[in-house]
Amino acid sequence: MKGKMYDYGNVNESQPDESLIVEMKNIHKSFDYVEVLKGVSIRVHKGENLVVLGKSGSGKSVLIKCIVGLVYPDEGEVYVFGNNISELNYRTLNKIRVKIGFLFQSAALYDSMTVRENLAFPLKHHNKKLSNNEVGIVIDEALDNVGLQDAAEKMPSELSGGMSKRIGLARTLILNPEIMLYDEPTTGLDTGTAKEISELIVHLQKKNKISSIIITHDMACAKITADRIVMLKDGMIYAEGKYEELAASEDEWVKSFFS
Amino acid sequence: MKTIEHQKTFEEPGYLKKIFTGTGDFIYFTSRFFKEVLKPPYFLKETIRQCFQIGYKSLPLVAVTAFIIGLVLTLQSRPSLVQFGAESLLPGMISVSIIREIGPVITAIICAGKIGSAIGAELGSMRVTEQIEAMEVSAINPYKYLVVTRVLATTCMIPLLIVFTDAIGLYGSYTAMNIHSDIGLQRFFSEALNHLGFATGIIGCYKGYNAKGGTESVGRAANAAVVSASLAIFVIDMIVVQITDFL
Repeated sequence: MKGKMYDYGNVNESQPDESLIVEMKNIHKSFDYVEVLKGVSIRVHKGENLVVLGKSGSGKSVLIKCIVGLVYPDEGEVYVFGNNISELNYRTLNKIRVKIGFLFQSAALYDSMTVRENLAFPLKHHNKKLSNNEVGIVIDEALDNVGLQDAAEKMPSELSGGMSKRIGLARTLILNPEIMLYDEPTTGLDTGTAKEISELIVHLQKKNKISSIIITHDMACAKITADRIVMLKDGMIYAEGKYEELAASEDEWVKSFFS
Repeated sequence: MKTIEHQKTFEEPGYLKKIFTGTGDFIYFTSRFFKEVLKPPYFLKETIRQCFQIGYKSLPLVAVTAFIIGLVLTLQSRPSLVQFGAESLLPGMISVSIIREIGPVITAIICAGKIGSAIGAELGSMRVTEQIEAMEVSAINPYKYLVVTRVLATTCMIPLLIVFTDAIGLYGSYTAMNIHSDIGLQRFFSEALNHLGFATGIIGCYKGYNAKGGTESVGRAANAAVVSASLAIFVIDMIVVQITDFL
């Protein structure tokens, strides 16, 4: 196969790499006595789009939750912008979190707030000096970016799955993150809408020059968005490479994703 | 290709261990309130919104219940007192019953049902739909925004509802003009303010905030919030009655 099989636990630590923004070293995590991650090591560089592929239950979502400190690993270290997430206090962790955008699988819009209020909530919280007028301008621009200018006064329950994802994306991008984490951004969407969301991810990534980690099992999404792909199997990295390299793989398990 | 097997062996915790862990979690959750409530930001707007939701929107239910209880209590007590020629004691007895016991406990129980379940279900639903995590990753403290605001609102609003219940209950028993109570307003407030409202709020928040699993956990959280809060109200009431009698 052309995509390299992962060399477990062999992360190169010889030179500090300034372009490195996320580094996960030998991550282990268990839930309810089941070990979900079994020594995963990942590196993401500035401006890179990394896709993490794997079947359901392979530990993909847990992996990105470790990056924002929603889940702490049992073993191993997570470095974001050079900071060890496990060692940060709550206040410092929140300073790092502001630089990280996280799009949840369900979009996780606050269902008691309108779309406008959903976008205004994090913006006002972190920019207390902004006037209402300025907040309105930023929100309109964010909605314009995702093509949903008319949805501002709608409640989340009135939005379709694709619209919810777009609004979730707008809410995440409103704080100008340097890293975007996408948890299955196209799950539950029809093929056309999934393609639109994937293209939107690439468009926004290029426009805002941000790095992304995209968790998915949607190969169409991976093909559009990935600079590099890491494949997880049973909580371990099974294969790694560019889309074309992995697509040409002879390995049966890897081939099962591309067939 | 190399593969690594890291399957660890674990022991299932015992029932007692689960009880201790749960108690420890609840104590930590409650103590966190006192730590967070003093630190900015204060989310005043959300606290006022919760006060409106919890206080104002509970008024009709509390009023109807209080009126009926006052009326029924008077009707049922009167025949017994008349037999002993002690009808003149009726207003005082009803007043003491309503103000000291029935008003606070009934209001707290109604609030545990209405408000505790609503908080448990709302936070449980936010947990399973990842809204709490979304708040967390946006660097907004969800405990402060969701828990502190609601517990403050219940702690402030339930005593006011109790006063309202007492007034309506007394009106219902036609004794409002003949109160002969030996309980001071300050003592009444300290009892209600410190215990019943706080217990309803913190238990509802704890059950909802820590909901785990799918949508069925929302129902479980709401149910657990009502049951636990109701039980806590009776226990607190029993303790407070013992303490006030001792004093």
